[in-house]
Amino acid sequence: MSFGFNILKDRQIDFDTNDLSLARFLSLYEPSFRLCISCGGCTATCIANHHSGLSLRKIFILINRGITADIKHELDNCMLCGKCVIACPRGVNTRGLILKISELTKNSEI
Amino acid sequence: MNKKVVVVVGGGIAGIEASAFLSYMGFEVVLVEKENTLGGHVLNWEKLFPTMRYGSEVLDFLLQGISPKVNVYTCCEVNSISKKEHQFFVELSNGENFISDAVLVTTGYDLFDARIKEEYGYGIYENVFTSADLEMIFTAKKTLLTKQNKVPLKIGFVHCVGSRDEKVGNVYCSKVCCVTAVKQSIEIKQIYPDSEIYCFYMDLRMYGMHFEHLYKEAQEKYGVHFIRGRLSECFENVDKSILVKVEDTLTGRPLKMNVDILVLMVGFVPRKSTKKIADLIGLENGRNGFFKTKDQHTLTNVSNIPGVFFAGCCTSPKTITNTITDARAAASTIASYLLHHEIDKRTINLAP
Amino acid sequence: MLEEGKKRIWAEYQKAVPDNNYYFVRSCIRQTFFPGSEQAFIRIIRNELGKDIYETPYHTTCTGIGYHSDIIPFETTMTVVARQFALMTEAGYSNYIPSCITSFGLYTEVLETWHHFPEIEAHIRENLWKATKREFKIPDNLSHPSDIFYHFRKNIAEKAKYSLVDIESGQPLNVVEHIGCHYSKMFPGKGIGGAEYPCVLIGMIEAWGGNAIDYPERRHCCGFGFRQYIVQSNRGYSVSCSRKKFESMKPYQPDLILTNCPGCPMFLDRWQYVISEIEGKTYGKNNQGIPVFTYEELAGLILGYDPWELGLQLHQIDCEPLLKKMGIKYNPSEKYLGYNREYIGKPEITKNLFHCC
Repeated sequence: MSFGFNILKDRQIDFDTNDLSLARFLSLYEPSFRLCISCGGCTATCIANHHSGLSLRKIFILINRGITADIKHELDNCMLCGKCVIACPRGVNTRGLILKISELTKNSEI
Repeated sequence: MNKKVVVVVGGGIAGIEASAFLSYMGFEVVLVEKENTLGGHVLNWEKLFPTMRYGSEVLDFLLQGISPKVNVYTCCEVNSISKKEHQFFVELSNGENFISDAVLVTTGYDLFDARIKEEYGYGIYENVFTSADLEMIFTAKKTLLTKQNKVPLKIGFVHCVGSRDEKVGNVYCSKVCCVTAVKQSIEIKQIYPDSEIYCFYMDLRMYGMHFEHLYKEAQEKYGVHFIRGRLSECFENVDKSILVKVEDTLTGRPLKMNVDILVLMVGFVPRKSTKKIADLIGLENGRNGFFKTKDQHTLTNVSNIPGVFFAGCCTSPKTITNTITDARAAASTIASYLLHHEIDKRTINLAP
Repeated sequence: MLEEGKKRIWAEYQKAVPDNNYYFVRSCIRQTFFPGSEQAFIRIIRNELGKDIYETPYHTTCTGIGYHSDIIPFETTMTVVARQFALMTEAGYSNYIPSCITSFGLYTEVLETWHHFPEIEAHIRENLWKATKREFKIPDNLSHPSDIFYHFRKNIAEKAKYSLVDIESGQPLNVVEHIGCHYSKMFPGKGIGGAEYPCVLIGMIEAWGGNAIDYPERRHCCGFGFRQYIVQSNRGYSVSCSRKKFESMKPYQPDLILTNCPGCPMFLDRWQYVISEIEGKTYGKNNQGIPVFTYEELAGLILGYDPWELGLQLHQIDCEPLLKKMGIKYNPSEKYLGYNREYIGKPEITKNLFHCC
């Protein structure tokens, strides 16, 4: 039966029901992942960001919240130049994490 | 020649350290404390940031300067002070009177009453604690459990409760709460390594030496999570866990999650009883309700009444390190005042 | 929940409720959705409590719906409100009791506007004089009928034949209460108990033997609003608000929902059906819904009035399981017999929301 409208989806992040397994795996695999404070220094210096909108800050925070559905192809635009590693004030091994996440997405382990 | 007398009002760490220095400098010191022991708020803090050393060690070090040189009156309050020329007539609640040449006010602070923030549920929902409650549990060596006697698996910390909040009338930052939250997170992780801890902050003020190091350690070694977003409100679920609603500003979406215990980081507020002292002598209050110092840079221990001085948190929120330094500075300032040293006669010359 | 914490806040928000001589004003839409409610209110005030209540056939809508939908300008609304007050003054009353919560909020807003801007009040007096040659006095007291029931809740409890208790187990019923947004969210001081957790319905529930539930989305709006609801394609927004509330209250297994607004019970009642059709989800026990009542219907039920006279057959969610739980005597065969005992028609059976019988 059509009522003429659909029930709106809720934007609220229901944190307890989200899947945090990728975040937990990365925290153990590369402990510097935990140091990210979302300052955006990596994204600011990233050249791929200017052209494709690749935002490493956004990817890391989405992983930390368990919202991993959108990140599969986001990292395709990374050229592994390493500027983010130089820019990070906290010493996060950004390039290593990018490689690991790409590997996991390729093998569809997410 | 008779020794000059200084009456110190308040037996917290500022009062203790200033009294000790003043007495060793050669003055007669009367230290008045309302409670039945000296020590003030430090008695309730177990471990201190950023080194996690015991507060009792600091207190013990300071108290070594006290006996037998300082006249300590505990369980006493100041009932009246009146100034006549350069001296003060001080009457205590136990009936004793003193004529002193200087008065040092070290009455300290109160913690913000978290019940005022009714949306955070303190006093309404059982599993909402304040940082002071948590510290009391550590000091008393009790096990940290929810009010249903279960081990908490998720704990939330709410920063800026009663500080940086126009709605409760406290616009200022209380300085010490952010690093205390990080410290308490680490302490809980040390007790319960499998727990998950979430700190909900607006800004993280890690200004002091080694604070940033503690923050990094909390993230890297202990896995404490930080979510940037101010709590709007919290509720209680069927099982008495706390449902927290916050805007996750970094993803730009509202977020809700359940925690077993919610800890509110309460800030400093001016002590209510200082109003009594202020009214007795005529001390001015600054913009935030704390005492106003004569000059914010050069005369932070001097009040608007000649002969009355300040030390410690009665003028602004301070860390323990800063308080002890301030107390020693107050002792020097009082000494140079009482001995009529030239250095006490400097003036502020406004720039043209 | 620690009651002492809440009671401290409730004590800060109290208001004066008049004891007698009520000037009653009806709601535009309540009589369509819950026809028995307003009549029950008048009956209880007159017969059970013995008070004086008066209503005039000349009163109109307060234009609250139009005002909140941005169709009617504020000046027009204020002039209509002034006319309503004029009718009250002419009838010789000064305690204004609007049946609708939105009206209550609107009247409060208008009175506050006039209080802070006397020049606007003077302007409206002039408007009214030019339009109708009427004059008005500001009411001494503006209260909502639920405030009056709260005031007399113990008197009603004394005369009650039933209470909010499950007769089989002897346990108090779990009652979810829902306050209309316009009651105290705009002017917290005008609601009993403030804006965060008004106690006007809690007081009634506890006086009548029930157990009030505090659940996380308690103060969330049901989604009625006016602007989003009036346009059909926007109603999904409204339904998602109600759904948030249902998802949140489900673990507490409520037996009924109590409301004090015209729109809220309509939404909470009807949307359970819509959600069951669109998503297949139900929130009560045994795939049934949670019955929704207005405070007049609930007061009428516990005083022993006939459920069908109160208009409960027009509820989408069947009330019979609750009536059985409370031990209320009723005649099932009379459900669809209306005024003059004529058959008024029976609704179709729904797909997912099971009827009780």
